[in-house]
Amino acid sequence: MSLTPAHDTPPPVIDVRGLTKIYGTRKVVDDFDLTVPKGAVYGFLGPNGSGKTTTLRMICGLLEPEGGSGTCLGWDVITQSALIKTQVGYMTQKFSLWEDLTIAENLHFVARMYKLDNRKTRVNAALVSLGLNERKNQLAGTLSGGWKQRLALSACMLHDPQLLLLDEPTAGVDPKARREFWETIHELSDNGITILVSTHYMDEAVQCDFIAYIAYGKKLIDGPSGDIAKRIGLTTWKVEGPNLGVLARALKQTPGIEQVARFGTSLHVSGPDKKALEAAIAPYQSKDELIWTPMQSGLEEAFIHLMKEVKDNFA
Amino acid sequence: MSTGFSFARIGAILIKEFIQMRRDRMTFAMMIGIPVMQLILFSYAINSDPRHLPSAIIDRDHSAFSRAIVTAFANSTYVDFTIAPSTPEEAEEAMASGKINFIFEIPEHFGRDIARGTRPQLLIIADATDPSAASGAITAASTIINTGLAREMSGALSGLAAGPPPVDMVFQRRYNPAGITQYNIIPGLLGIILTMTMTLMTAVALTREVERGTMENLLAMPARPLEVMIGKVLPYVLVGYIQIIVVLNAGRILFDIPFEGSKLLFFWISTLYILVNLLIGFLFSTVARTQMQAMQMMVFLLLPQILLSGFMFPFRGMPHWAQILGEALPATHYMRLVRGIMLKGATRFDLIADIWPLLAMIAAISALALVRYRRTLD
Repeated sequence: MSLTPAHDTPPPVIDVRGLTKIYGTRKVVDDFDLTVPKGAVYGFLGPNGSGKTTTLRMICGLLEPEGGSGTCLGWDVITQSALIKTQVGYMTQKFSLWEDLTIAENLHFVARMYKLDNRKTRVNAALVSLGLNERKNQLAGTLSGGWKQRLALSACMLHDPQLLLLDEPTAGVDPKARREFWETIHELSDNGITILVSTHYMDEAVQCDFIAYIAYGKKLIDGPSGDIAKRIGLTTWKVEGPNLGVLARALKQTPGIEQVARFGTSLHVSGPDKKALEAAIAPYQSKDELIWTPMQSGLEEAFIHLMKEVKDNFA
Repeated sequence: MSTGFSFARIGAILIKEFIQMRRDRMTFAMMIGIPVMQLILFSYAINSDPRHLPSAIIDRDHSAFSRAIVTAFANSTYVDFTIAPSTPEEAEEAMASGKINFIFEIPEHFGRDIARGTRPQLLIIADATDPSAASGAITAASTIINTGLAREMSGALSGLAAGPPPVDMVFQRRYNPAGITQYNIIPGLLGIILTMTMTLMTAVALTREVERGTMENLLAMPARPLEVMIGKVLPYVLVGYIQIIVVLNAGRILFDIPFEGSKLLFFWISTLYILVNLLIGFLFSTVARTQMQAMQMMVFLLLPQILLSGFMFPFRGMPHWAQILGEALPATHYMRLVRGIMLKGATRFDLIADIWPLLAMIAAISALALVRYRRTLD
């Protein structure tokens, strides 16, 4: 820590360079750099199989990288994973607590594994804040998806970790539970806990302070979540009116238009070249029944644009 | 879409099963490989008419007659005289520790008494803990003696040859005078039951965590491999104790099996044996990818433990290479120890030769399991 300059910014919680994971001949994670500042909510976005889970597992020592180096919480990710594990809470994508133990037994087991003091008090507090105190003797396997997710979060928080790694924590969870979950995330972040979360959902991505977008094991872009769309430089128009399905099919065929996506009763029409896009939509703008309004490109448009570019590069 | 009985659907399931069978290479290899290995191994190793049983000879006579008898027994291939102790005590010790199956004792003036026609005694003590091991040699003994002495009984002594047998054979069946098979089978069964259940319990210890997806959680927590191993193994030691108590009491109540030796010693060696088996199971668990594979490995080890350990067939009756294999099996040593303590009242000094292999196995298997233990999900 002596190398840290003596001003206010604390050293990053995660600082890794060139992380690489190879399965057979396939690079699942390729030359991955990541810097996560303390207290940040950092979102991992990307399609299935893009390497999000593998990256999280390498950071918490569950997988050994084939290349790369760096630190997590000041410890070396390669050689000191045992130390990292004591300060990291990792919530797996698939429920991985013991289904044949009760809720309380699972929490007690986790507490004992981390050698926590005041175990009973901690577990009871966790049960109460979970709202599962009345059902604490129920087998974990009998819980519904949303409750399992809350129990898993509670279990990986039990040892007051400095860093939380959450792997698609809201997959298969209903909207209300998702909202509550994100409220918890922000509270934790306010208390100085760093959170690295992977997700598929764009509405969750915008809640993150930083975003990294991953595809095919490569990081395509990262930065503060508000900057991403701007940096990509897409132009987007919103169009409302009747027969949007027919219109969408027609627009997709038109050169200059990269993507047409339906949002409720409107279409978002985007392209990387502002002039080409405006030329392409001009014939349709004259139609009276259609209402065209320019809008800011969202994250979703930005990421679909990135995906298309990468696909072209890989083809 | 017909909902009646359909051969097409049977075909669909058949094809799916074949595809899955072919994908699981290890299971498939074991299904083909194990029977072949076992057939070759056991068909050569097993011998229900044991020969070359190690024996002790105490010859106090050293006459032509005594030498003729020793030679005749050796030539019969039923016994091999491996030691020639000077005192009966020394011979008894060797028998208590399981080194020899027979003691032949030829008294002083043996040859002289034959010549006089006073029919001297030839004492043959058999270790009858395994009645079947002793029976072959005992049945053949009088023929062997008569053939062996025939040459010496020529000339001046030819008159005696026509009379009653020149030697008075005295048999003693040591440890199990009535030759009750259960005396031998029940201590052996204890070894087999323990190896079967104990290995199985831990064989699925880690593969179950992997298959249920809980391994990821376990590995994400700061636990050392040694901690996991000890924590997974110890609970089953208690299960092993319960099994021992059940088997021993059943043996005592149903078959009146004696218990000659120290119960404390028995407890300690049983603990060692239980640990060896639990650790073997844990080792399988670190090697196997699925619970199915772990169980196959367990069965793979179980068969030699039944056939080569001296449980089903006399250990000393097997060919030399099979005995070496047998020595590498924990059940072999445990059976000798249990039979020694229960039937022979053997002490730890008699049994040291079978105690240290169990200790060595515990050390070696733990070390191997810890090396094999996957600390990551790779």
